Amino acid sequence: MCESADSLVKRFRHYCRGVLCLVLLAPVALPANEAGKPPPYFEWQAVNYEINAPLGGLTGVAERGRAIAGDPLRGNCLACHQLPITEEDFHGNLGPSLEGIASRQSTGMIRLHIVDQSRFNPETVMPGYYRRFGQLHRVAAEFRGRTYLSAQEVEDVVAYLATLK
Amino acid sequence: MKASLLVLAALLVAMPGHPILLADEAVSGYDYLQPDMQAMQDDLFSNPGMLVVEQGEALFSTPGKNGKSCADCHGENGARLETKRIARYPVYSEELKRPVTLHGQIQRCWEERLGNSPITYRNEELLQLESFVRYLARGELVNVDTGGALASYYAAGRELFRQRFGQVDIACRQCHEYHAGQLFRGQVLSQGQTNGFPVYRYTEGQVTGLQERIAQCLTKLRAEPFGEDSPESLDLEVYLSARSNGLRIETPAIRY
Repeated sequence: MCESADSLVKRFRHYCRGVLCLVLLAPVALPANEAGKPPPYFEWQAVNYEINAPLGGLTGVAERGRAIAGDPLRGNCLACHQLPITEEDFHGNLGPSLEGIASRQSTGMIRLHIVDQSRFNPETVMPGYYRRFGQLHRVAAEFRGRTYLSAQEVEDVVAYLATLK
Repeated sequence: MKASLLVLAALLVAMPGHPILLADEAVSGYDYLQPDMQAMQDDLFSNPGMLVVEQGEALFSTPGKNGKSCADCHGENGARLETKRIARYPVYSEELKRPVTLHGQIQRCWEERLGNSPITYRNEELLQLESFVRYLARGELVNVDTGGALASYYAAGRELFRQRFGQVDIACRQCHEYHAGQLFRGQVLSQGQTNGFPVYRYTEGQVTGLQERIAQCLTKLRAEPFGEDSPESLDLEVYLSARSNGLRIETPAIRY
């Protein structure tokens, strides 16, 4: 049976709407696909300068955290802090030494330092590695809508620093 | 009361690595270099930046498309250029109704006087010419006007210097004022003065212009660099240049 002209028009309209949707969504969808979809953001709560619950309930691995801390493209903790990572030559001294940090601070406080150091010092030069990305200026396209480290990476670094007693 | 204030003042001055209270004075990046690097900069035969200066010197007397060279107006090897005038850039142009950087002025001459095709900021020949012209004023004190027509540009540039950028979310001044002299991944942070530009970057192994250097910093902050001809680039260059007032021009300086 031939379709009536009326139903053909309806199908054409439906098709057009589909194309329009694709066109409208394209600018939003394309960059996300290019850089990979940003991971979900896990909310956190700081009480008395501590975040006691691990981000997203994830478990950190100290060995991975050590690698992230020394990696210039990830944590790069060595840029400003001294750590017992002796195979790396270039440490910084903008921030305090983190040797023995776990005997001075609770794991929850270490976690907040990494997540959002500006809670302790508004003038800090330390990136908020898992801060809510609200009022940032001129963030490069590839980093927009993302945290500096992933929740898993933060938990790995927390687990590593917690071993430094 | 008085005594406790004195103790507080003494403590603040004595705190290592926090020269906030002492940062009023401009300190050249030269003073943050190791002695062997200072010696390399001072000795023009071992200074790698001189290669680019010499390339600029050769270009200076090379005719452009219309047969004229820089030397036709400015004298052999720039003999008719006033070094004190070079040290005043960026200057306000009544004709263009905006500030003009030394780089921008050479770019204009290149296109309008020499009749060459337009070139972009990162053009190598432009960098060579700028290095040569700044080198002519080596030893001259930077003397950029901060009042008059430049005042609003200077103020806008200062705001940019204090504005946080990128995913790292820090401002220029946080590193280059509050933390100058401290180590960042083994590299000493300087005040970010501009008196040595274009500089030979030891870590990059090449001569780098000021705007390129600013773009490198912003990229490290995971921020979008300013466009070459953007108002932000101009404002920041006016401010950063004036911030180095009183320092000697060191082009080609060596920096890490």
